[in-house]
Amino acid sequence: MQDSVIEVRGLTKRYGTVLAVDSIDFSVQRGSTTALLGGNGAGKTTTLAMLLGLLLPTSGSITIFGVDMLRHRHRVLPRMNFSSPYVDLPGRLTVREILTVYGHLYAVRNLKARIARIADELSISEFLDRQARTLSAGQKTRIALAKALLNEPELLLLDEPTASLDPDTGDWVRRYLLDYQRRTGATILLASHNMTEVERVCERVMILRAGRIVEEGTPAGLIERFGRATLEEVFLDVSRNRGGAETLSVRAAR
Amino acid sequence: MTSVVRDRNIAAVSLATAHRSFSLRRVGAMVLRYIYLLRGSWPRVLELVYWPLVQMLLWGFITKFFMTNSSWVVQASGVLLGAMLLWDVLFRSQLGVSLSFMEEMWSRQLGYLFATPLRPIEHITAMLVLSLLRTLIGMVPASFLAILFYQYSIYSLGLPLLVFFVNLMVMGWAIGLFVSAIVLRFGLGAESMAWFLIFALAPFSGIYYPIAALPAWLHPLAWALPSSYVFEGMRAVMFEHVFRTDLLAAAAAINALYIAVGTGAYLYAFRLARERGLLLQVGE
Repeated sequence: MQDSVIEVRGLTKRYGTVLAVDSIDFSVQRGSTTALLGGNGAGKTTTLAMLLGLLLPTSGSITIFGVDMLRHRHRVLPRMNFSSPYVDLPGRLTVREILTVYGHLYAVRNLKARIARIADELSISEFLDRQARTLSAGQKTRIALAKALLNEPELLLLDEPTASLDPDTGDWVRRYLLDYQRRTGATILLASHNMTEVERVCERVMILRAGRIVEEGTPAGLIERFGRATLEEVFLDVSRNRGGAETLSVRAAR
Repeated sequence: MTSVVRDRNIAAVSLATAHRSFSLRRVGAMVLRYIYLLRGSWPRVLELVYWPLVQMLLWGFITKFFMTNSSWVVQASGVLLGAMLLWDVLFRSQLGVSLSFMEEMWSRQLGYLFATPLRPIEHITAMLVLSLLRTLIGMVPASFLAILFYQYSIYSLGLPLLVFFVNLMVMGWAIGLFVSAIVLRFGLGAESMAWFLIFALAPFSGIYYPIAALPAWLHPLAWALPSSYVFEGMRAVMFEHVFRTDLLAAAAAINALYIAVGTGAYLYAFRLARERGLLLQVGE
């Protein structure tokens, strides 16, 4: 039996009268790749931010690697990393400088060798000495990925890892993540709108709507259960509350 | 794409040290981040030295004029230049903290920074170190050029200069942390506070005139500012050749309170930012 890297219980985030995340429970198994799916405002980014400790939950608990994140997140953060299109890296610094700063923040050993290696793996060696602001969107995504992999995280949280990328670069990022996961046994939790990506990369999917997990399962299992051809069709059914997409809690209550 | 076999020895993080409650390595990383920024942006370096030089030239000429028109200035020819240089220490110190913080807001990377093991207290420490560096970069050239142009050396104040400098730095840090807290809470729309808040205190600090020159009802406000004690102390050294330890003690005591309040305000704003999701939504 696999052990859980992430255990979330009753996680809730309320902003005034707005309930962004509504008492969700889930766990993520070690070495798995799991997706959080949902429309805009479903609570994906909010959930990731709470897992990282960037956002304090209103109630609930988060345990990562067996450690209570709300009390001891600094014990766990060195083993995690994160990438998001909603956060930038300093544009005035060169790529090498950015990776050096983050390498020291994560206490990476043999940092110069690590930067050289990750630059080689991600094909960013040629622009290591260019300022980040001069790079294209695709190049910036690779830099953010390099930052996210610098400490060889055991848990990688990715918010829309291929957003704003052309299909070729997006495909390359997906292949790289799969390769990284295979090589290191890392656990990956990603939030995405890209159903093709999720079908290809993830073993398990959780679909959020209005802050609640309303469906979960393997991509193939969900497609079969909804009698659809693709995960995108399942997602549309769930988003529009069609096709028996009752919440898990409703189903469980029966 | 090169397929690389994982090498734990190269890549592994030093987990034994990575989550220490205070890490000089992480403080150093943040200082390095700002040094890289300055190194890659000459307008920022120019800005650091430009205003102190302009101020020094201006007050140097005013001093020259008053030397023939003011018996007060004649008694201690460097009183205006010394005051200007010390005032700039306070201003640069405050700006050093708040600008270092706002650089993170401008670059929209607070979300990444605080997803690392970096702790707020380490971030604060890095900003204070940077503030010291920025102040020295701005003030040292101006102080030497004052010797060259006007034959006035602020170093003639001797050891008291160090005491004045430290007190003004600490007061600037406290205000800088307070401003950073406000910017974190209310967004970059509040960034102008970094420029005007300190100037609101200038009239009550007795920079260029004794506190006695202020109306009596303003004295309590003036004596609540460590800067007032420093400038009074500076004039005591220059006019009476006396180092007033009572003024030093009062400034240090008030500064201890202010830096505690500034740090508390920043940590409270940081906590509030985590409650409201502001670390991922920086901007106006």
